[in-house]
Amino acid sequence: MPALAIERWAKTSDCAPDSLVVLTIEGTHGPIIHAVTKAAAGRGATTGARLTDARALDPALVAVPADPEGDLALLQQLARWAGRWSPLVEVDGADALRLDVSGVAHLFGGEDGLVRDVKRCFARIGFTVRIAIAPTAAAAWALARFAPPLSGEVSTRSGDGGGLKFTAAAPPPACGWHPPKGGELAATRLTLLPVSALRLEPDTVRTLERLGLKTIGALIDMPRLALARRFRGGEDVVDALDRLTGRKDEPLTATPIDPPPRAALRLEEPATHPEAPLQALGRLIPGLVRQLEERHLGARRLSLIGYRVDGDVAVASVSTAIPSRDPKHLHRLLADKAAELNPEFGFDAFALQADWTEDLDAAQDSLVEEPSCEREVARLVDRLTVKLGPKRVRRPRAEESHLPERASGWVAAISSSLPAKLAGRGTMQRRLRMVPLPTASPQGGARPSRLLDHPEAIAVIYATPEGMPRRFVWRRAVHDIARVEGPERIAPEWWRSPSSARLRDYYRVEDEAGRRYWIYREGVIGDGRGGVPNWFIHGLFG
Amino acid sequence: MPTLSELFAAHPRDAGWAGFLLAQLATDKPLLWVQDRMAILESGRIHPPGLSSRNLIHVETRDAKDALWAMEEGVRCSALSAVIGELWGDPRALDFTATRRLAVASERSGTPCWLVRLGGTANLSGARMRWRIGSAPSLLNALDDRAPGAPAWDVELFRARGMPPGRWTIAHEEHPPEYYFDGAREADRFRLVAGAGDRALGEDKRLRA
Repeated sequence: MPALAIERWAKTSDCAPDSLVVLTIEGTHGPIIHAVTKAAAGRGATTGARLTDARALDPALVAVPADPEGDLALLQQLARWAGRWSPLVEVDGADALRLDVSGVAHLFGGEDGLVRDVKRCFARIGFTVRIAIAPTAAAAWALARFAPPLSGEVSTRSGDGGGLKFTAAAPPPACGWHPPKGGELAATRLTLLPVSALRLEPDTVRTLERLGLKTIGALIDMPRLALARRFRGGEDVVDALDRLTGRKDEPLTATPIDPPPRAALRLEEPATHPEAPLQALGRLIPGLVRQLEERHLGARRLSLIGYRVDGDVAVASVSTAIPSRDPKHLHRLLADKAAELNPEFGFDAFALQADWTEDLDAAQDSLVEEPSCEREVARLVDRLTVKLGPKRVRRPRAEESHLPERASGWVAAISSSLPAKLAGRGTMQRRLRMVPLPTASPQGGARPSRLLDHPEAIAVIYATPEGMPRRFVWRRAVHDIARVEGPERIAPEWWRSPSSARLRDYYRVEDEAGRRYWIYREGVIGDGRGGVPNWFIHGLFG
Repeated sequence: MPTLSELFAAHPRDAGWAGFLLAQLATDKPLLWVQDRMAILESGRIHPPGLSSRNLIHVETRDAKDALWAMEEGVRCSALSAVIGELWGDPRALDFTATRRLAVASERSGTPCWLVRLGGTANLSGARMRWRIGSAPSLLNALDDRAPGAPAWDVELFRARGMPPGRWTIAHEEHPPEYYFDGAREADRFRLVAGAGDRALGEDKRLRA
């Protein structure tokens, strides 16, 4: 987009639009002009020229460093935003977007309406675009950049198959749009374009022009064999011609093989009231659920995407523990998050997309309206996780370790269901049944029902060096130990902890009130890993 | 009849109530255990290897408000064996309305709900039964008389709808010691041990969950 950089700069800085400004990047021999304002272009500054040369023509030019990374980020954001027209969008170079609009145009009232819609939306966010729809990507590229504006058309269509649309920002051609009949117009318009529209190396272009082959038409008339012989190796002219005429495919790179189930909704007017996403959600869910049903899928992750009028998107995503396509449940999950979407200047389109799906056969819970236990629990987990976060809703998992704090691992309840292979196909029960944990081994001794996250230091009176504890002080309360059992010695895991880690002697103690605690002495006197052992309290028995 | 019961720990650092509570719950269905942040800091996080049932979902919340919300969500789900929620102190969010909502939801869905109060005071509440539970000196350990034996509890039912309040000291029924090694205790057998509130002996049956 030749004008993208300068338009973005003009939006972010509050400079008058007719100021003499050029954006520069550093070249080998000093700054090079990257983009120019209209006023500066009128004074002789051109893109690609050296700043010093332009200054020689007009010393009043103001040079501002360009920000190519920022431009690219904006372009990527616009590419996401352009998902409103077609699911297949690709950033093409530094200044263009490429959309595969095969089978999409009828949603917007034909290619006609599609182009109008694109133009309207980009005009509203203040970017000039040049649009071309053509049967091949290369043709669209050439037409969008090199089609002479005088004919008043930027779009052509030829008979076979779908089209690829190419948009590029440049001074917009004055545009009256008539869909031409058949491919002849496209062909004639293409033949008139200069050879540089073939996306060839500048050297190759120069060679071709020296040979007198100035237009694509002249090049097409040449015998292929002669062309192939003349231009070998890197400068493949025949290849470029084939891409242009569609003899060779040029697919978009980011083409999902199986597009995810998706429902879209376009609004007549931008909606700014906070209820809008919720209402859109209510209207989108039936459509998505129908698609999921047709494809025998259940959603594991759902995104509600709101397309803002100012060229941005807002996304609310939720995950589920088991695949689901129950409209009520999905609505309930997404409702809170959808309400939090900030419309800013307003949404004018919404899409609901199942980013991650798993197989889910048609299921009937039972004759009466009573869902199965596993599904109920999974739904509860979904709801809790959506509100509290996956780190706060967890299930226990046994770990292979003798250290008590490691022995009880936790996994997010939403991901603790078994691997995806078991999903659907009636394996719901297997997925949710807990993995049996090994029971505490007899030599492992009793374990407390509660464990402090961090063992707390306590003061203990005990018979040194390795005698039983008699009394301890925890949180300033004195506990006289009435009965004690132990020690249970747990050695540090040498393969994990540092060599200075000390062993622990755990005691199960009961104070005079009958409260039972799990305390340990860290280390023994003379183990060479520290001085006098410290005591800690680690757990409480229930 | 499953309902909301409120359980006060006799002392915030006395975890004895957990054994009493778990012994009354069915273990075939998962258990939802909600703890607010202060409860975890003050009296520890639950440790599944030490619990009789490990089929549980643990929820950790920032404050009592979230904890009450999570409990209510859980109580509405009839596929759970029970919902246990631990709250520290006397949070503002825990008022009569909140407890009443839990009680109604619990009775409607048939999922018992236990509201556990650590270091709280017994103010107005919609709970149908209110217990105060502390540890009692454990029973004699047959293998080692200096070691703690089977746990016992000092149980006080100080408010209940449709039944007289009472106070008991109870323990599990006797089992051979090796029975306890697998960590699972029989769910529905308590027996009275020599205790304070003898007048309530007749209530023995009711305690069988």
